[in-house]
Parts: sequence; C-alpha cells; structure tokens
Amino acid sequence: MIDNFLNTVNESWDWLITTGIAIWQWLPVDVQTVVLILAKIVLIVLPLMLTVAYVTYAERKVIGAMQVRIGPNRVGFFGFRLWGLGQPIADTVKLMFKEIILPTQANKFLFLIAPVLAIAPALAAWAVIPFDRGMALTNIDAGLLYVLALTSIAVYGVIIAGWASNSKYAIMSALRSGAQIVAYEIAMGFALVGVLMASGSLNLSVIVEGQAGGVSSWFIWPLLPLFLVYFISGVAETNRAPFDVAEGESEIVAGFHVEYSGMAFAIFFLAEYANIILISALTSLMFLGGWLSPFEAWSALDGTALAFLRETSMVWLFAKIAFFIFIFFWFRATFPRYRYDQIMRLGWKVFIPVTIVWIFVEALMSLAHIGPWALSGSLPVALSVAV
Amino acid sequence: MGIVWVVARGIIGGSVMIKAIGHFIKSFSFWELWKGLFVTGRYLFKRKLTIFYPEEKTPLSPRFRGLHALRRYANGEERCIACKLCEAVCPALAITIDSEERADGTRRTTRYDIDLFKCIYCGFCEEACPVDSIVETHIFEYHFEQRGAQIMTKDMLLEIGDKYEQEIAANKQADARYR
Repeated sequence: MIDNFLNTVNESWDWLITTGIAIWQWLPVDVQTVVLILAKIVLIVLPLMLTVAYVTYAERKVIGAMQVRIGPNRVGFFGFRLWGLGQPIADTVKLMFKEIILPTQANKFLFLIAPVLAIAPALAAWAVIPFDRGMALTNIDAGLLYVLALTSIAVYGVIIAGWASNSKYAIMSALRSGAQIVAYEIAMGFALVGVLMASGSLNLSVIVEGQAGGVSSWFIWPLLPLFLVYFISGVAETNRAPFDVAEGESEIVAGFHVEYSGMAFAIFFLAEYANIILISALTSLMFLGGWLSPFEAWSALDGTALAFLRETSMVWLFAKIAFFIFIFFWFRATFPRYRYDQIMRLGWKVFIPVTIVWIFVEALMSLAHIGPWALSGSLPVALSVAV
Repeated sequence: MGIVWVVARGIIGGSVMIKAIGHFIKSFSFWELWKGLFVTGRYLFKRKLTIFYPEEKTPLSPRFRGLHALRRYANGEERCIACKLCEAVCPALAITIDSEERADGTRRTTRYDIDLFKCIYCGFCEEACPVDSIVETHIFEYHFEQRGAQIMTKDMLLEIGDKYEQEIAANKQADARYR
C-alpha cells in the first residue's frame, strides 16, 4: 500500500522533472535569459526584504540595549517568545491591514508614485553589487557610476512625497532633504573619485579585487579621510540620525511622510532600511575589501584548522555589511540631531574641501610613485601621460 | 621695551596657534564623537533595567495612591460620617456626597460617588478624612468597558474596602509615624 503510494509519488515526481526540463528546453533562448534574470532578481530582492525586516528588529534591540532597555521581546512564533523575533512580521501584517489615507488636497498621482520612487532606486542599485567573485546580477564596467546615479535619484521620492502631500511639514522636510542630499552628494562623489583613482576602475568587482592581500591592502587605509567622508555622507544620504532633519519629529512631526499611512508609509520605511544596507554594502566593497578575507595575508594559518579563514567568501561581505549597519544604529543611539545650518556647514565647508585635498594628495603621491598607488593600476601612467 | 613687546606678542600668538592646532586635531580626529560613542558602547553591555511588567512588578510604597476604598470599623459599622471634608478638599471635584440622618440618629452618607475620570489621585481626600474612612489602595490595574462605569459608588468602594482591609490597615500602620 505504502510502497504503491511511494511509487506513484516517485513516478509523478520524475514526470514533473522531465516535463519541467522539456518545457525549459522548448522555451526560446531569449525567454530563458529573461526567466533566469527574473529568478536572480527574486533571489536578491526577497532576502533583501527579509533582511530589511530584521534590520528594523536589530535596530530596536541595539538601541534598546544602549538605553539600558531590552527592546521587543514578546512576539514570537507558535506560543514561543524567541526574544521577540516575530515582531517584524507582526509589524508588517499590521501595516498591511491599515488604511492608506489619501489627503483630499493631495496630488493623488504624485502622492502614490512617491513611495515607489523612493524604493525603486534602493532596490535597483543592488543590480551591480557583487556578492562574491563573479556573483552579481550584472557585472557592468560603470557600476560605480550607476550606483552614484541611482542613489541620487532616491531623493526624488522624498521631494515628491513632500510636494504631493500638500502639507506644510512635508514640504519643509522635502526642502531640507533636497538641500542636504545635494550637499552630501558632491562629497560622496568626490570620495568615490578617490576610490576610482586608487583602483583604476569603475567596476565594483575590479575595485574589490584591487584590494586583495589582507587588511593592510584595503582602501580604507590610504583613503581613510575619504572613507570617513563617504560613510558619514552615506548616513546623511539615507536621512538617518544624526542627519535626520528631513524627519525631525520634534520640529516637523515626521517630515515628508506625515501624510502617509499603512503600506505607503511602510514602503518609505523599507526604502530607508534598504538604503542603509546598500550604503553599508558599498562601503564594505569600496573600502573594506568586500568579500575578501581580512586574514588573506596570514600564511601562518595554512595547514591549521583555521585555514578556511583565508578564503574569500560571501560571509566576509555580509559580516562587513552587518558591522556598518551596527555603526548606523550606534550613531543613532549616540548623536543628537544636527541643526540644519550645521549640516550645511559640515557638507559644504568641511567634507568637500577635505575630499578635494585628499584627491590632490592622492594624485601627487601616485605621480611620485609613493604609497599603495605606486604599484597598482594604470593611474600613474594615465596621469603622467596627461602631464 | 620694544623687545619685550615683540616677545610677548610672540608668546600670545604662539599659544593661539597651538590652540588652533589643538582644535584642528581634536575636531578632525572626532575626539568628542568617540567619547560619546564610547559611552553608548559601554551601556550596550550594561545590565538592563527593564521590568517584565505583568510577570514582574516594582515594589509599592505604603503611601501608594491607587483606586479608592471606603473602610469599616471592626464591628462592621462604616467609618464615613458624611462630614464632606473630602468633597470640599477635592481639587478635581471628583467626589459627590449626599447624606441623611439614619434611624439610629447618626449621620451617614446615602451617596458617595467618585468619578475616576476626574480624580487626579492626589490623596487629599485621604488626608482630609478625620476617621480614616476614604483611603487610596495599592490597586492600579483596572479598566472600564462602558461609559459611566468610571463612577465608583458607595457600595463599590465599601466592597473594595472590605476586600483589602488587612492591606489597607497594614499600610496605614506602616505610615502612621509620619502622619
């Protein structure tokens, strides 16, 4: 009886697989590529969304701990509390069932398109992020340029949301956010110019491979000022504390998303956290050697049980991303919000000059064949040709 | 004279410059930001102060002012003599009292209502009471499900008093020295 049943199951399983393969081969090659790309996108976006959900949980836990609290610890699964791990799921379900209120005076079309414009760049930028050697959705040569372009677009979501809400608080927030992002975009771009000079490429995979050779050859050391500028600008770009004037709940309620509720609000929330992860990933890739192991140069590990630590792996990248996400939380728990004029001063009068000076220093050093740029890349050649 | 002037200016100018350099180093090394991060970083590993509320509770003082109760004497006679001092002292006008002469000739309340939406739990009624009749108990977990349910009538208050008499008496005893 059971054998019979298992046989039928086996047969139907075989049949399913064979027909599946047959259908797949019957498909035109173009369709196959499209399906494959879609599958890859799902494989990136779904874990990303889950990570976003649990990053919010991690944030509440970490900030709670820093304020001598314990954070969410009640919602679990199947009657078990599990340190509140069910909290993000419960929050999502709650937000899905809430009504999306359309303010009567709002521009309906822009009001609804704004959250989409906020999340689309945050997700689309992941297309060029390499997770491991050769593991990227697309490995384009202008990856850095693409990322820079997309992260700049993210501000449209905020500005359009502020405008379409037809609310004073929202428009104030949109103005603040616009000014802030314009200011920090420049510093960010200049910081990336430094990376580009050091690696001689705009391709993110090539940038990472240029840092091979353990901790000491990561770009964070020669580019330390640029690293700091980039990461702090990243915090400003994602509208996170201490640069969260766009939300500024003590002055302008919740800023650009005052009028949003339910899923529309949740999408802004999602976009913010997806951007945090994105900035963390980019910082790890460009300054901390991405998927490269920090112990790459430790030949002493060979032959011991810890030899695997020298291998490159996705895990290193994820660990580095997690580290930067933690720094985001740490900043939020520590620093009070900057005043608007302080933000402008820091952006225009400190970060931009610092990056320009460091690019100059870098160029001089590579011309003189001093430091880590002397050996690597085509930059010295290109510069001497230019001179 | 002139030389002294020059030297003095040099010292002053030098110290200003040293200060400026110090400031420069301090701000570019994020000295103060690191200090702040260090503080929160230390707190991350501190023992957490959270009380797991429904399972754990903080100790209550004998002076704790929660839900009200009317007390009785040991012989079962209600303490309240309808002097209306509590009604007079109540800053929120939450207490309403009607009184009448009882068959045995004593003065008693016929109505003693406390509107818990008005009450601010200041405890003045308890302090004003000459016979320790109206008291505030340690009960602070209660809710109302209907409009009007927030009015505590005399019967309800007496019932609470009967139920928690031992605790109320103990609390009164504990605090008697300071009254």
